[in-house]
Amino acid sequence: MTPPNTTLYLDHAATTPLRPEAREAMAPYLGDAYGNPSGIHAVSRVAKKALEEARERAAVLLGADHPLDVVFTGGGTESDNLGVAGPSLASGGGVVTTSVEHEAVLETAAFLRRLGRSVTVIEVDSMGLVDPLQVARAVGSETAVVSVMTANNETGVRQPVDQISAAVKEAYPEVLVHTDAVQAFVSEETTITSLGADLVTLSAHKFGGPKGVGLLHVRRGVPVEPVLHGGGQEIGRRSGTHNVAGIVGMVAAMEETVKDRDRFRADVGAARDEFEARLATAEPEVIFTTPAAGRLIQYSHFRIRGIDAETLLIRLDGLGVAASAGSACHSGAIEVSHVLAAMGLEREATRSSIRFSFGWTSRPGDGEVAAAAVVECIEAIR
Amino acid sequence: MKALVAMSGGVDSSVAAALMLEAGHDVIGVTVKQWQGADGSLPITGCCTVSDAEDARSVADRLGVPYYVLDHVEEFTREVVDRFGVEYLAGRTPNPCIECNRRVRFGILFERMESLGCDVLVTGHHARVVGDTGYRKLLRAKDRSKDQSYVLHMLDQSRLDRIRFPIGDMTKDDVRERASGLGLRTATKPDSQDLCFVAGDYRDFIRERFGDVDRPGLVVDVDGAVLGEHSGTTGFTIGQRKGLGVAVGEPRFVVSIEPEAGTVVVGPRAALLTAGCSLEEMSWISGRAPDDSAIAIQLRYRSEAVPSRLVPTAGGWDVWFDDPQEAVAPGQAGVVYRGDEVLGGGTIVAALQGVPA
Repeated sequence: MTPPNTTLYLDHAATTPLRPEAREAMAPYLGDAYGNPSGIHAVSRVAKKALEEARERAAVLLGADHPLDVVFTGGGTESDNLGVAGPSLASGGGVVTTSVEHEAVLETAAFLRRLGRSVTVIEVDSMGLVDPLQVARAVGSETAVVSVMTANNETGVRQPVDQISAAVKEAYPEVLVHTDAVQAFVSEETTITSLGADLVTLSAHKFGGPKGVGLLHVRRGVPVEPVLHGGGQEIGRRSGTHNVAGIVGMVAAMEETVKDRDRFRADVGAARDEFEARLATAEPEVIFTTPAAGRLIQYSHFRIRGIDAETLLIRLDGLGVAASAGSACHSGAIEVSHVLAAMGLEREATRSSIRFSFGWTSRPGDGEVAAAAVVECIEAIR
Repeated sequence: MKALVAMSGGVDSSVAAALMLEAGHDVIGVTVKQWQGADGSLPITGCCTVSDAEDARSVADRLGVPYYVLDHVEEFTREVVDRFGVEYLAGRTPNPCIECNRRVRFGILFERMESLGCDVLVTGHHARVVGDTGYRKLLRAKDRSKDQSYVLHMLDQSRLDRIRFPIGDMTKDDVRERASGLGLRTATKPDSQDLCFVAGDYRDFIRERFGDVDRPGLVVDVDGAVLGEHSGTTGFTIGQRKGLGVAVGEPRFVVSIEPEAGTVVVGPRAALLTAGCSLEEMSWISGRAPDDSAIAIQLRYRSEAVPSRLVPTAGGWDVWFDDPQEAVAPGQAGVVYRGDEVLGGGTIVAALQGVPA
């Protein structure tokens, strides 16, 4: 339940409401269909059927060569761990990544460095973009995997993953490309084909599925050493009893997301653009971190000179508008963003930066309401 | 009225928040995150830990008030932790809680109070404010055993006008009873004692953070006789008796520390006695020094104020004790009282011997 005093939810990049189709699809597996898919009897068979049918449907949506290329995981972080450490541990090779990746990738790279693997972190420009040639030049015969996110979780900036992959593979065809498409999938096609990637991370709760479930699409034949060891589920690549309800819910949400994408882009795009246009008119001190054209359509990332993000967010919360600074720790405090620092933003600018992220429940008119709320808060602060 | 309540996760600030709410005010709860582990998380032990912030959140939730964690690690590290290290390595005995109040916490909280449109700042300190705008007085808490007015001496009229200490009139038992009556999970929580940024021995912390800057040297008696050697001056504080590593047949105490020479001077108990102390960075609650030089001075957080005489000097103030006092530690706050009233305070920069000029 959305708290009664929250009237406008603009933090869909943190998480987005469960789609009704997902909830409906999950219900049987939270009830009578409680089986463990790894079993011999009829109760297991019901769960196994649901699991493998979900895998087949996901494989279709992702353009996978075979359903078993889809590895179900416990979420985006786990998929990133498997997508980066998996190839590196399998071949002994190192990692090339960027300074703006999600911590799930950066910390996995740091872990591999502690194990003695070579790790290169490529810097980005002031717009948060990585140069494909620079990535390709950092790759060597010792590289196992290149990991570059499809779009940034804080700023929404899209990376040219297809160009990066082409540049890398021209020099080293055997080097794998992983991409974290956790934020992008809801609004854009993110398949291994469209991105030219070998490994793609998705997280269910960012597109209307439940929390605690995700997947890693592993291109046929790509060797992946598991990071979770145990009973050998997911043909040895991810041990642990399947979260059947979660997986079924995720795939239902995936189908709905793909079906709903055009409508989503129209409504969310209208809301986001209306918000930015109105804010820019009302507030001359506003600075949008990057141009809208290079961002995911659901993202607005901005700062207002002299207005502290923490104060603005608390004020907005008081008005029932939920937004974030894009980077928060588990206590809820705003952290200094490694992404904005990597883009060369000064401390004052990072402490003023705010993320509004629209989602599948947003209406076109939300942009106007959001802009009015920001203006009201700024006037009160001044 | 709209109140910003600084919630530490302890029972005092929990009840302070509850009392403001009961009095019909709008309440916003905040915890200032001041220190973090190497991974950016809140510390596990000490004060201001993960569980403290979680306790504060739980209390705010129970009271039905919005609650936020404010990140000010950067300012705290610069103004309190690094300064603590510099002071400590210079042989002084800093009080980081006072430095924090003076240089970080109150600045942040008052600023936040204004930017969030609140009328007052509320804390769970045991202290009292009386009087009207422009003539506010800061008094010791009703519960003298819990009095915290010592760490609040840097407040001025404008801040006293905008701060409330709702539990200043209550005993600790009253506070716990109220908390328990309200079903707050902090009701039986013990008082925090530790520095918020040090888990365990602060000497280990100093070595870890500031490097092995400790210099070994000599332990010397007040008469100049060399009694032994030590592995570093950070292992000593003024007045320390145990662990000196010397045996001369009668108790010896640390009388002074000279980090540059690496010398620790020890002496008999009588050598700890000093006639007065010099204070700098003085501030006065009323905005001006008292006309009457007869005051009492409190030299440590947990000690009695001692009758003294206040004398202005070129750089600050000298305080001459009516009776000699033991273990005056440069770096600690010297807080000036008259009866229950805090007149002001500053930092002790030197112990004085002899008699006033």
